Amino acid sequence: MLTIGLTHYLVVAAILFTLGVAGIILNRKNIIVILMSVELILLSVNLNFVAFSQSLGDLTGQVFALFVLTVAAAEAAIGLAILVAFYRNRGTIAVEDINSLKG
Amino acid sequence: MQAVFFYLFATIMIASAGVVIFARNPVHSVLFLILAFCNGAGLFLLAGAEFLAMILIVVYVGAVAVLFLFVVMMLDVDFAELKQGFIKYLPIGAAVGVVVLAELGMVAIGWRSAPSASEAVANPIIPQMSNTAALGQILYTKYVIFFQASALVLLTAMIGAIVLTLHHKPNIKRQKIEEQNARTRENVIEIKKVPFRTGV
Repeated sequence: MLTIGLTHYLVVAAILFTLGVAGIILNRKNIIVILMSVELILLSVNLNFVAFSQSLGDLTGQVFALFVLTVAAAEAAIGLAILVAFYRNRGTIAVEDINSLKG
Repeated sequence: MQAVFFYLFATIMIASAGVVIFARNPVHSVLFLILAFCNGAGLFLLAGAEFLAMILIVVYVGAVAVLFLFVVMMLDVDFAELKQGFIKYLPIGAAVGVVVLAELGMVAIGWRSAPSASEAVANPIIPQMSNTAALGQILYTKYVIFFQASALVLLTAMIGAIVLTLHHKPNIKRQKIEEQNARTRENVIEIKKVPFRTGV
């Protein structure tokens, strides 16, 4: 209990991942909170990478976590830009109103 | 001591992640997202990934979370209306959460690593070298292609974000430098003969 091992990190990351998934389902209408939940999920993934990197003594996990951070930042920027453009055109960001592509 | 800080960071991170998804006001969600990222950086520090912890603070708290805050405050949206389906989705959300947590918990507690995992280490951590130096040493040599590719991803995201959000409002007077530079004396100045004592 008092020596922190890999399992502790894995459990914390699992709880964080679950909160992110639950957040996506619970906030179905609010796309900003959905994006934040995705960020939480990516944070938990990074936590797993770093924990395994420390446990196995391998730096590759930290390199991969760095790339995950890069992609997450790009995703947040693009997602929010799409959101701003959509709000400017339609005046709403409710997810169920985003259905112009349905045909 | 390490255990105390681990439990402190982990508890605050999970609690603030819960507030992120349950908060009524999205501004509170963003602020607690920042708190979650700070505590995640603390966990990274405890795991020995100092460079990633600093990157998490700089990139996430400094840029991404502030971007979220900016967008939340800029969009004039009735967030109470967006919150309406929350109770309706609560049972299915809780059910999915419990299932995912049970599965992940079983994996996290019951897993064991393969015997040959310690022999397959590609980039061993050298204790004498600082984390940043070690990361840089493999990032700029072994993984330089991936490094450049991630830079391209960021460039694409930057251009995409600018193209998506840039728009010119009509009816605004702008300075047109090329038109100004193209003016010559011949096509701009007109010499008129003004008749004496009558004006133009």
